[in-house]
Amino acid sequence: MAYSDKVLDHYSNPRNVGSMDKNATDVGTGLVGAPECGDVMKLQIKVNPETNVIEDAKFKTFGCGSAIASSSLATEWVKGKTIDEALEIKNTDIVKELALPPVKIHCSVLAEDAIRAAIGDWKKKQGTGVEQPVEAKAGD
Amino acid sequence: MSTNGNHTKSGIKLPIYMDYHATTPVDPRVLEAMLPYFTDKFGNAASRNHAFGWAAEEGVETARAQIAKLIGASTKEIIFTSGATESDNLAIKGVAEMYREKGNHIITAVTEHKAILDTCKRLEKYGYRVTYLPVMKDGRIDLDDLKRAMDEKTILVTIMAANNEIGVLQPVEEIGKLCRERGVIFHTDAVQAVGKVPFDVNKLNVDVASISGHKIYGPKGVGALYVRRKNPRVQLAAQIDGGGHERGMRSGTLNVPGIVGLGAACQICNEDMAEDTKRLSGLRDRLKDRIFAGLDEVYINGSMEHRLPHNLNISFAYVEGESLLMGINDVAVSSGSACTSATLEPSYVLKALGTGDDLAHSSIRFGLGRFNTQEEVDYVADKLIDVVTRLRELSPLYEMAKEGVDLSKVKWAAEPAAH
Repeated sequence: MAYSDKVLDHYSNPRNVGSMDKNATDVGTGLVGAPECGDVMKLQIKVNPETNVIEDAKFKTFGCGSAIASSSLATEWVKGKTIDEALEIKNTDIVKELALPPVKIHCSVLAEDAIRAAIGDWKKKQGTGVEQPVEAKAGD
Repeated sequence: MSTNGNHTKSGIKLPIYMDYHATTPVDPRVLEAMLPYFTDKFGNAASRNHAFGWAAEEGVETARAQIAKLIGASTKEIIFTSGATESDNLAIKGVAEMYREKGNHIITAVTEHKAILDTCKRLEKYGYRVTYLPVMKDGRIDLDDLKRAMDEKTILVTIMAANNEIGVLQPVEEIGKLCRERGVIFHTDAVQAVGKVPFDVNKLNVDVASISGHKIYGPKGVGALYVRRKNPRVQLAAQIDGGGHERGMRSGTLNVPGIVGLGAACQICNEDMAEDTKRLSGLRDRLKDRIFAGLDEVYINGSMEHRLPHNLNISFAYVEGESLLMGINDVAVSSGSACTSATLEPSYVLKALGTGDDLAHSSIRFGLGRFNTQEEVDYVADKLIDVVTRLRELSPLYEMAKEGVDLSKVKWAAEPAAH
């Protein structure tokens, strides 16, 4: 199967590989997928508690080239966005950006899941039912 | 990867081919033998009345003898087909149909090639009963399982001589002996074994055997089926009708150039086998040792003791197979990962060994062959070590394992946490 140039680029030069302290209160960690499925993504975000802006993101992925690219791209996209803006990222955006073939669409779905899981984890740490004040919109 | 042929600094021609189980290039000597039969000796081997036909027939009969010699059979026991898939179909369906009155039970194994498994599945639809024997961790069947599975209705046992994914050799001689004792016909898909390891149908008590041209440096589109004529005499119901060629067992004009190629390939294998085996098992062991020296948590799938000399199948823990293949993109090998299969399912052969799905996704199959060199082996091993190391830096599983997490105890969320 031929990979798109963007997938190859992310594979050869993945962005934001690494780990954050998952116990820190400003860090949200999403761990999705399963080894039996051949896809596991860990995506972490560091959120500014005052502005709700994602200041940093890191990922690690066990999976095919498309999975690695999808999660690498996800960390690129969430950086600089607010939590709410990040929640608007759809897997179809990832498919389009990376030109993923139909058989690899599930990789983009998992990346979207990873973003949501990281945000969900961060929210849990802030305490449920506590709405943050309206955050400043961040430029990309 | 393109096949344009770049070269590395040390003069290795890229890309490197190490997928000889999938197919092989036609040996130049084989091609040379075939060519006249496309142009000068182009006759139909069944044209009995003129020199064109006789020349073609001579080529066919020479090939028949070359194949028979390689496996210790007589020429009358070799039938030509379009390939091993057809041979497997003919063997199983042919025996099943012919011996229907005697019984309807067939025994095979879970690690067989799809040409065997899918054929058996079809026969199940027609009312045959099929037992799929499990394999042990080393990939071999347990002979006691086979003994217990056989009953008065068993008419056929079909177990491959060598596995295409893990290279494991089944105890063919003992299986054959057991079948002989019980009066059951024994077919073996010998595709990966013939020409690579000694294979004598009498020593191994084999009654029917499938052979493929393109696995032994012959052309694609041609194969053979060995069908025993004595002690016992095996009969098959033809699956293709129309003219009664090949003793009524397989109609259709013979693929003369292909057959000549198959014969030449067998002849060469016969002559070169001892030396090729020595050289290739040396290269295979070198590849294995180099990889093991450069990486931890690598596991060989299947028995090393009962294995084809040129096969290696390794799982690289915490790294997924397709991403690995992407990293060694100037090397042609294959993987048991789901991502690399057409059906998105991981290798059923590795699954049958009891290898977890995660290790199945992390497996690479190396099939070395006649044209591989030591330089290529070193290049591949070193590149592999680099890529695995790099991908482990990217792997959350490797990170967790290094932290001391028992991955088998983790509750994986295939669903995202609710928010």
